[in-house]
Amino acid sequence: MPRLAEPTAVQPVESAMVPRLFRLVDRRQDTADTFTIMLEPNDGVPLAFIPGQFTMLSAFGVGEVPISVSGDAHVAGPLQHTVRDVGAVTHALARTAVGDVMGVRGPYGTGWDVADGHSRDVVFVGGGIGLAPLRPAVLEVLAHREDFGRVVLMYGARSPEELLFVDELKQWEDQGMEVLVTVDYGRESWQGRVGLVTKLIPRAGFDPRSTLALICGPEVMMRHTALALVGRGVRSSRIRVSLERNMRCGVGLCGHCQYRELFVCVDGPVLPYAQVTGLLGLREV
Amino acid sequence: MRTIEQYLPDHPFFEGLDAPTLALIAGCATNISLAAGEYLCHEGDAADHFFVVRRGRVAIEVHGPAAGTLVLDTADEGDVVGWSWLVPPYVSTFDARAAEASGVVAFDGACLRGKCDTDAHLGYELMKRVTQVMNGRLVAAQMRLLDLYGGPGATDASPR
Ligand SMILES: Cc1cc2nc3c(=O)[nH]c(=O)nc-3n(C[C@H](O)[C@H](O)[C@H](O)COP(=O)(O)OP(=O)(O)OC[C@H]3O[C@@H](n4cnc5c(N)ncnc54)[C@H](O)[C@@H]3O)c2cc1C
Ligand code: FES
Repeated sequence: MPRLAEPTAVQPVESAMVPRLFRLVDRRQDTADTFTIMLEPNDGVPLAFIPGQFTMLSAFGVGEVPISVSGDAHVAGPLQHTVRDVGAVTHALARTAVGDVMGVRGPYGTGWDVADGHSRDVVFVGGGIGLAPLRPAVLEVLAHREDFGRVVLMYGARSPEELLFVDELKQWEDQGMEVLVTVDYGRESWQGRVGLVTKLIPRAGFDPRSTLALICGPEVMMRHTALALVGRGVRSSRIRVSLERNMRCGVGLCGHCQYRELFVCVDGPVLPYAQVTGLLGLREV
Repeated sequence: MRTIEQYLPDHPFFEGLDAPTLALIAGCATNISLAAGEYLCHEGDAADHFFVVRRGRVAIEVHGPAAGTLVLDTADEGDVVGWSWLVPPYVSTFDARAAEASGVVAFDGACLRGKCDTDAHLGYELMKRVTQVMNGRLVAAQMRLLDLYGGPGATDASPR
């Protein structure tokens, strides 16, 4: 009778669910409802991540939410998250002060894999808070600028006041990135563009036949953007999107984030558009 | 800078029109320079022109008692501004202001629609193109209604 295989060493489920403790060392208010928190681990062991990954952040006594890492993956320093205050947990995170402790699990999920864009043009398209999960990938590309062809960021927000990382956008331009910004509404004093982010696609300088496109934003925006990119000639297999679904465990156990056959927490959040073409915009199951 | 006759055949709005038609349209067109803040048209004006932006930026604005002045869209190089010249009652539905120093080609819509009335083919070709401009604006308005970047889960499961 064949012997049963020896069990391999796996991380016990309990330990995957236990958060590490991180201390808030700095905080920046980016817009009226969005803030960036900088965290240092209490145990001194930095949390390594790849651009595109998220952590489960917990505000003790309130709850836990998935938030993408928005900092630089290759520069030592505090763990950085940019959060929009939309509900119970993010509101509790918004009220934390320097010195407060919160829980962090992860990092989890797939990354943008910008190395796949080497020697090609790289196009980032961000909508609203969606620029935050793209930021680590932008920083990685700009840190190795010579490895890539043309690099373009198209960024849409609701209003000029809601644009994120405004000072950095200028630096990114100086570092050789074409930055095109648009807003849904502007006042008379706003001299920039107004209109959909998709309107920028025909204007941006990139070669669609040799482009890696990374999109993050609301699903409707990602769907329209991906269609416009495909319309300009970018292959759907060269387009990646970052999906959002309600999450509980973050490690593929509970099924909360299921998206047909996909568990967004482990198969995603970054997925090839070609794999989710028919799923974008679907309500959660 | 290329002349209007040289410029028109390459512009997507006029693509596919035959040479005599392009010549006719170019005959109804003038180059205009605008200083920042200058208006091309005001809401409620007779809509006798439409415009193609050649340089700079034109802001499409509406005004409301509560909202004040709101820029709904901007037109950059190559964008077409205005469709009311071809749609009764031929009244402008927004203000168009140069957001920066700009250059536009202004087309005499009143003259062109007279020609469209007697030349159904020209009328159809121009109507098709103007409808595309309108459709673009309609889709943009629809998307804005969804308030994609607004409230959490405003339209789909995603708050971002
Ligand atoms: C992989 C991933 C990465 C993310 N990265 C970021 C990030 O970098 N920054 C950021 O600000 N947010 C990010 N989010 C979204 C963030 O997780 C939610 O905003 C957060 O879970 C809201 O929790 P809450 O308790 O504050 O709000 P709740 O009280 O839970 O919800 C408030 C309202 O928002 C809706 N809602 C909120 N979040 C979600 C969601 N994920 N799915 C469906 N409906 C939702 C609820 O229906 C409710 O109406 C990410 C989500 C995922 C899945
Ligand atoms: S969040 Fe539990 S399976 Fe994905």
